[in-house]
Amino acid sequence: MLIFELSRRGRRNPTQAPAAVPEVSAIPESLRRSRPPLLPEVSELDAVRHYTALSQKNFSIDTHFYPLGSCTMKYNPRACDALAMLPQFLARHPAAPDDTGQGFLACMYELQETLKEVTGMAAVSLAPMAGAQGEFSGVAMIRAYHDSRGDAARTEMLVPDAAHGTNPASAVMCGYTAREIPTDRHGNVDLAALGAAVGSRTAGLMLTNPSTLGVFESAILDIEKIVHGAGGLLYYDGANLNAILGKVKPGDMGFDVIHLNLHKTFSTPHGGGGPGAGPVGVNAKLAPFLPLPLVALEKGGYRLLGERAAPLSIGRLSAHIGNAGVLLRAYVYVRLLGAQGMRRVGEFATLNANYLMAGLKKAGFEVAFPERRASHEFIVTLKRLKEETGVAAMDVAKRLLDKGFHAPTTYFPLLVAECLLIEPTETESKQTLDAFVAAMKEILAEARADPELVKKAPHTTPVRRLDDVRAARELDLVWNPAQGE
Amino acid sequence: MPFIPHTEEDIKAMLEAIGVASIENLFDEIPAALRGRGLPDTPPPLSEMEAARLMRERAEADGHYLNFIGAGAYEHHIPAAVWRIAARGEFHSAYTPYQAEASQGTLQVLYEYQTMMASLTEMDVANASLYDGASALAEAVLMAARAHKSAKRVLLPATVHPAYRKVVQTIVRNQGIELVGVPYAPDTGHVAPEALAPFAGQDFAALVVPQPNFFGVLEPVDELADWARANRMFTIAVVNPLALAILKPPGEWGNSGADIAVGDGQPLGIPLASGGPYFGFMACRKELVRQMPGRIVGRTVDVDGKPGYTLTLQAREQHIRRSKATSNICTNQGLMVTAATIYMALLGPQGLAQVARTCHANVLMLLGNLTAIEGVERAFSGPIFHEAVLRLKTPVAPVLRALQAQGILGGLNLAHDCPELGHALLVCATETKNEEDLMLYAGHLARIIGRRFRPAPCAIKPKP
Repeated sequence: MLIFELSRRGRRNPTQAPAAVPEVSAIPESLRRSRPPLLPEVSELDAVRHYTALSQKNFSIDTHFYPLGSCTMKYNPRACDALAMLPQFLARHPAAPDDTGQGFLACMYELQETLKEVTGMAAVSLAPMAGAQGEFSGVAMIRAYHDSRGDAARTEMLVPDAAHGTNPASAVMCGYTAREIPTDRHGNVDLAALGAAVGSRTAGLMLTNPSTLGVFESAILDIEKIVHGAGGLLYYDGANLNAILGKVKPGDMGFDVIHLNLHKTFSTPHGGGGPGAGPVGVNAKLAPFLPLPLVALEKGGYRLLGERAAPLSIGRLSAHIGNAGVLLRAYVYVRLLGAQGMRRVGEFATLNANYLMAGLKKAGFEVAFPERRASHEFIVTLKRLKEETGVAAMDVAKRLLDKGFHAPTTYFPLLVAECLLIEPTETESKQTLDAFVAAMKEILAEARADPELVKKAPHTTPVRRLDDVRAARELDLVWNPAQGE
Repeated sequence: MPFIPHTEEDIKAMLEAIGVASIENLFDEIPAALRGRGLPDTPPPLSEMEAARLMRERAEADGHYLNFIGAGAYEHHIPAAVWRIAARGEFHSAYTPYQAEASQGTLQVLYEYQTMMASLTEMDVANASLYDGASALAEAVLMAARAHKSAKRVLLPATVHPAYRKVVQTIVRNQGIELVGVPYAPDTGHVAPEALAPFAGQDFAALVVPQPNFFGVLEPVDELADWARANRMFTIAVVNPLALAILKPPGEWGNSGADIAVGDGQPLGIPLASGGPYFGFMACRKELVRQMPGRIVGRTVDVDGKPGYTLTLQAREQHIRRSKATSNICTNQGLMVTAATIYMALLGPQGLAQVARTCHANVLMLLGNLTAIEGVERAFSGPIFHEAVLRLKTPVAPVLRALQAQGILGGLNLAHDCPELGHALLVCATETKNEEDLMLYAGHLARIIGRRFRPAPCAIKPKP
């Protein structure tokens, strides 16, 4: 049932709207709307019941273990929400003078300072509204840096083949060509191929470390020498910072620019696909190019800095200051954790991943890089299972839903066949991980005894497998009252 | 340990199962030189009680003001049910609905949202959101340039929000797209169709048309959209979604409508919150849907023929197409869209129109009160929605400071963004203001200006 189908003409919520006012005679007829939009006419109870019922059709961290690799689905502490939503914070207008927001700006400034220390970078901007915008900013700063030196020949951004799709897409948005670097058989960047690819056209290398293959690039210091040696810059994609939070700093690895995903490492809610926040950090030579606004502490007061203070900036990314409320949540999170708590994030995320990997290995699953330590995540490959039984990674993922677990990331990274990328995070207990291993073991047995059961999963969700081909071919993106149910 | 459930016994058993002696051993592939520099400057942990005290003190320090600033972010009443429901853990702590069977709640909300936005704009299709209004405009400019193929220039009038223009510049500059300004008529405050004459017949991908524009003034949208079409450009509408409850929707502009409509969804149930998170929306003609960036949800059926919802047209997106994607966008603003959907459902078509009409009536009353003060006048003659530019005879900054001392944020000083307007101030009144609020502002402004250049207290126009 759609909300529109609950609609009854003339049903109103008078409490929620101002009393009716006269027509708008000061607006010329030709600029006015002639027929009302298709919005539902429902009671407040109808709406509350409808959307509550919809929420119950979701898996979420609050209801299910959600080991979605590379997404860091850890518990989102309620205090972070409650304290970011204090009435004065919610009511403040973004264009209100800085002196009406000293409390808010103090939080922003301290968050900026903490992120600098955690990442080992010289300066941070909180402006980007998501990881992909952080990537865009980072690459735009790399370009601004080369341009400022008159080095216009650098047109290529190097991106490992294991990288998130956003990396090459962000490089292209900044006018670069993305050039892929292969991975060696241990899951590291292929150093020989990297050495052969770098040169006077290299703008930089975008690297996720630990990588999306769930391993730490142990030759990072060699990579750093190769890229810097060719005059390129080194970009750190912070998608996997959770693995090393408080333990290792990207700045120490030689990165020039980084972005963080606060909705991953700093536990702000994913919200069904956003909002996120993707602050960027840079070393001193890139600091003049940081996106605006920046938060400064001057003569005892906090102030937002704009174009006049930072004329070389790559510019603004949002109409205001970015996703302020997300930043406030992240601020509360770092205060609750403190320095020790942050170090433990990396430690226990890593402990959980290695424990889960050991458990799945023992249960008969094949891991992609058995000779390596897992970082905060690892890859199981079901290539052999598929050959033996016809059961694919997607089937196992769907069957997990029946067992009360959200599926891991499937078919990413693209270079491992039939893969599940599994990230348990530090907030899950040993007991939950054991239950997940038991469920996986059951599915393995089912795949051998009754493969159809697994191939037709899920059986218990609100809908079963959906026809994606039809969805794309017979596009139905907007409900039309004529179509009915 | 905050939010880490492990007991000492668990840790011991887990290390044994892995076959290492300590957690530190799990980091042995990381070069030793990189490990363990620590975080000496990061403060120690706070308990929830201590954090609450700190945050309450800071929130209280920020205080509360009677706000007349708009300029792209608008104070509206948000029904209590909106965030009570949107903040449910099942919405809040879910991720992008890649596993459709486990995400039907989020997916159906997005489908309902797409329907509402398409209808509000009278466009064929809408996506599942972008970051904010400004970045949505940037994506629309890129989309128009992709779809147009031949032209790499876009007409971006001076009546578009200055911050939006800056953001577009940031995002498109590295893709060889040139933004060309169009001036506004100094009397009406909107783009005069004559101002477009020099660009007629030239190769541009799009004309951007804000409605209402940055000055709160309504653009002659029919003429502008028709001109763009006649000159083989797309029309990109930048609209306030709440205003569309009473203003002509982009799909009906001129003879054939706008091609792409974008804007900021903040007025639909999203708190001001110092600037975010808000959400951007985008709607377009169906011929352009494959050029649209961002997530799109489609309705389909499952293996039993039961209707269900899923992410669709993913071949446009970065996780499939990588360097050939329509945009690098990945995460959008799902939770804000959930709130906006609930907001629109609670208000309905009548409620939304009542909010819009009340905003309009309130700003007219405010302007009546303020322009009755000698030395305060409207800067433009064009029709408005819920915002307008006032011109003072003296610099705006000290006046705003004096109002702030009385607990009033009197509007946005345009000295920085539009110096050509002289001592100009952008004011807004929404449905949240009552007559007393409007009189209070006028009373204080009269006194402040009076003190500045006229000894006698000035008269306030009586209430209509």
